Amino acid sequence: MIPDYALADIFAFLMALSVLVYAILDGYDLGVGLLLPMNNEQHRDKMIASIGPFWDANETWLVLAVGLLLIAFPTAHSYILKALYLPAAVMLIGLILRGVAFDFRAKVRPGRKRTWDHVFKIGSLLATASQGYMLGAYVMGFEQSLGAIIFSLLSAVGVTMAYILIGASWLIMKTEQDLQQRAIRWATRASMVSFVGILAVCVVNPLINEQVMSRWTTAPSAYLFAMIPVLCFMFLTLQVLVLRRLPLANDEGCWLPFVLTTLVFLTCFAGLGVSFYPYVVPGVMTFTEAASAPDSLRFILYGALVVIPCILAYTVFSYRVFWGKVRDLTYY
Amino acid sequence: MADVFMLSRIQFAANISFHILFPTITIALCWLLCYFKVRFHLSGHPVWMRIYRFWVKVFALTFALGVVSGITMSFQFGTNWPGFMETVGNIAGPLLGYEVLTAFFLEATFLGIMLFGINRVPPWVHTLATFIVAIGTSLSAFWILALNSWMQTPTGHEIIDGVVHAKDWWAIIFNPSFPYRFAHMLIASGLTACFLMAGISAYRIKRGDNKKAPQLSLKTALTAAALLAPLQVFVGDLHGLNTFEHQPQKVAAMEGVWDTTEGAPLLLFAVPDETERTNHFEVPIPNLASVILTHDPNGTIRGLNEFKGEHPPVKPVFYGFRLMVGLGLLMLAMAWLGSFYAWRKPAMPGWLLSGLVAMTFSGWLATLAGWYVTEVGRQPYLVTGILKTADAVTDVHPGNVWLSLSAYLTVYAVLLVAYIRTLFLMARRSVEIEEIQPHEHDNPFRQARPADTAPLAQPGGSK
Ligand code: HDD
Ligand code: HEM
Ligand code: HEM
Repeated sequence: MIPDYALADIFAFLMALSVLVYAILDGYDLGVGLLLPMNNEQHRDKMIASIGPFWDANETWLVLAVGLLLIAFPTAHSYILKALYLPAAVMLIGLILRGVAFDFRAKVRPGRKRTWDHVFKIGSLLATASQGYMLGAYVMGFEQSLGAIIFSLLSAVGVTMAYILIGASWLIMKTEQDLQQRAIRWATRASMVSFVGILAVCVVNPLINEQVMSRWTTAPSAYLFAMIPVLCFMFLTLQVLVLRRLPLANDEGCWLPFVLTTLVFLTCFAGLGVSFYPYVVPGVMTFTEAASAPDSLRFILYGALVVIPCILAYTVFSYRVFWGKVRDLTYY
Repeated sequence: MADVFMLSRIQFAANISFHILFPTITIALCWLLCYFKVRFHLSGHPVWMRIYRFWVKVFALTFALGVVSGITMSFQFGTNWPGFMETVGNIAGPLLGYEVLTAFFLEATFLGIMLFGINRVPPWVHTLATFIVAIGTSLSAFWILALNSWMQTPTGHEIIDGVVHAKDWWAIIFNPSFPYRFAHMLIASGLTACFLMAGISAYRIKRGDNKKAPQLSLKTALTAAALLAPLQVFVGDLHGLNTFEHQPQKVAAMEGVWDTTEGAPLLLFAVPDETERTNHFEVPIPNLASVILTHDPNGTIRGLNEFKGEHPPVKPVFYGFRLMVGLGLLMLAMAWLGSFYAWRKPAMPGWLLSGLVAMTFSGWLATLAGWYVTEVGRQPYLVTGILKTADAVTDVHPGNVWLSLSAYLTVYAVLLVAYIRTLFLMARRSVEIEEIQPHEHDNPFRQARPADTAPLAQPGGSK
């Protein structure tokens, strides 16, 4: 039997996990959308084919994350989504445009295909930028000041860079020849910009938020926490070094950039977690305060413990089916 | 002047109405796709694969629209109806959660294999993936309808300090109206998909496409519809009886009964008048409503006068109900007539084909009408007897709701037009879409038979 007091933390962990998985998985397919080159239709076809079988399941992690927020912390769900009303609407419209463009582009008259590719790219940008903006607004505790808005806009740029990075890393792994070369260049540039961006957040965040500052500077835990940014920058540096050497003979190590980017995401996310736990809304509401009734949480948790391993199993199966380099568009 | 309350209602109604258009098709279409694949495995005849190829593309497009509009829905509860989650979150949360866990991941993951894996997995795995997607879509209907039915006829809960807590999950999920609503909705989905398939196939035949594929898909769709339509009338009647027992005010609005009556007539048509609390221009069939609802020509039907201030607006419920039932009967007639021709006569007359083309989206109309009857008929309550809609509304700034609402409406209008046009465009390009590619002949399951008259088109663009 799981005690009541542990439930809020368990659900906080599950929610954080699904946000992280979402950022990595939908991150790469949004990144591919952002990178879509309008000057080369073959490359576009290949790039879209590389994410075709996955994007829908990737987006489901967002539904799960929002669902867990709704189920486990309903008051926080309405607080956060009301504060982010407009950026959330922009994100949804972006996701709608992107999701449908993906299918329309393959079915309309050939002349219209390019139009839908534009829609795909714009939709990806709207969704990505608004996610970044929301992250910034969240970090700023939903303040409405000018400074907060500027920070959120910067955060929008940062997340866009991060998604470009992971998208390009995905392409390095899934493509060959000139498209792969192109992806390596994209990834190199995005790594460098990300480096600066993450550095900026690491400096600004503690300065504007006392609680965050004390969390990162109170010994002895601070020594442990300090590992997080150190690791993050180490991974990014390693990334740039690896990208210099790619592609190797036999395409060895083509998966390295993706793994390194994932590790960067993981450390950034851990940094955020350290900064804000136990608050679900920074400075306003903790996870425990926002949690819903224990009986309902237990009812869903037991189900989740059975179902989540199954989800992981068939997700792995699906990635194995589509293992290796993208082939041509052989749909259906 | 529209306030946040009205705007939120309009926005919610617009979003869910747009969303439901696509699930209604995908839920049943996926089972039809399974049927085509199984027929193909059994007979090895390529025409079944051709039909599958065409309709799986329609399915993919429809599914994509269903997914993206569904994601919007999951953000709506918190933004526009915070009171809903605060009061009944302990019930709604887990039901929505189970939908995500058991249905959404399942359908989304296997969809990838179903759509893109045909050359990467053995044929039986591919067919299995199609089955799993079909199960996923039906499961998601199961959970969401359990929630919606619980909102109509709540049971299995207790209220502590104004917040609803779950007592018996079995009673919550299998609440009194759930079996009827679930059955009625699944059949509605079947009819919608069948009339879509019949309409598009008839369109192809009318344009001179003399291949076997449209003939056979037309016959399949009409036969299925001919079986489902009478079943729907029967289930709908049972559903009405159930509603009569649990939500009498809704039935009173559906039948336009202003005052409690013994031996109430069935109104074929009327114009209800909310201010005078009466109907104009009635076309009644004496005593029939009492016969249907109580199985007694002089049975009592409680009128709206017993629920003053607690009953729904009459007009939308009254007209919506007539539209749905009217379309249901029309579908029955068309499906039977069409099946008669499809099984007995060599060719279908042009007017029948035109009629079927005109009814391509009749399922959408009937489904929306049905949902409006159900949902408006529950007003002023959001959760019958527990929570009023007005108490659940958000305090977001109305300007923001205006903005989001107009953006959604614009996007939806564009997408709806694009969707319908693309379907008909695909119908015109069907030969290209259905082509069999050369490498597929390597597969022992997919040997072409000489009996098939359709020429094998050249391999080209793959979609
Ligand atoms: C009777 C069926 C039905 C009804 C009433 C609803 N849905 Fe739905 N929904 C489905 C049947 C469905 C489906 C068949 O499972 C979909 C549609 C097409 C699809 O791809 O899956 C889907 C997709 C879908 C998705 C995307 C899933 C994914 O990522 O794969 C979400 C988040 C929702 N829905 C949420 C909702 C919410 C919050 C609803 C209620 C207010 C709702 N749906 C009503
Ligand atoms: C799928 C088909 C559905 C359609 C077409 C539909 C349609 C509608 C409409 C038209 C209203 C507005 C009624 C009014 O305000 O007078 C409404 C209200 C509502 N429905 Fe549904 N509904 C559907 C399913 C659901 C489901 C599955 C749920 C929840 C699980 C749900 C929850 C609600 C809520 C919360 C409201 C209150 C908001 C409001 O009154 O506008 N609906 N629905
Ligand atoms: C012709 C006979 C039909 C009858 C007697 C009938 C009866 C009913 C009744 C009484 C309701 C309201 C239940 C409630 O709110 O408690 C309803 C709802 C509904 N109807 Fe029908 N119906 C018929 C045909 C159809 C057809 C042909 C379709 C669609 C293709 C359809 C789709 C729906 C839907 C989607 C709902 C809302 C969901 C639900 O409450 O089940 N109906 N129907």
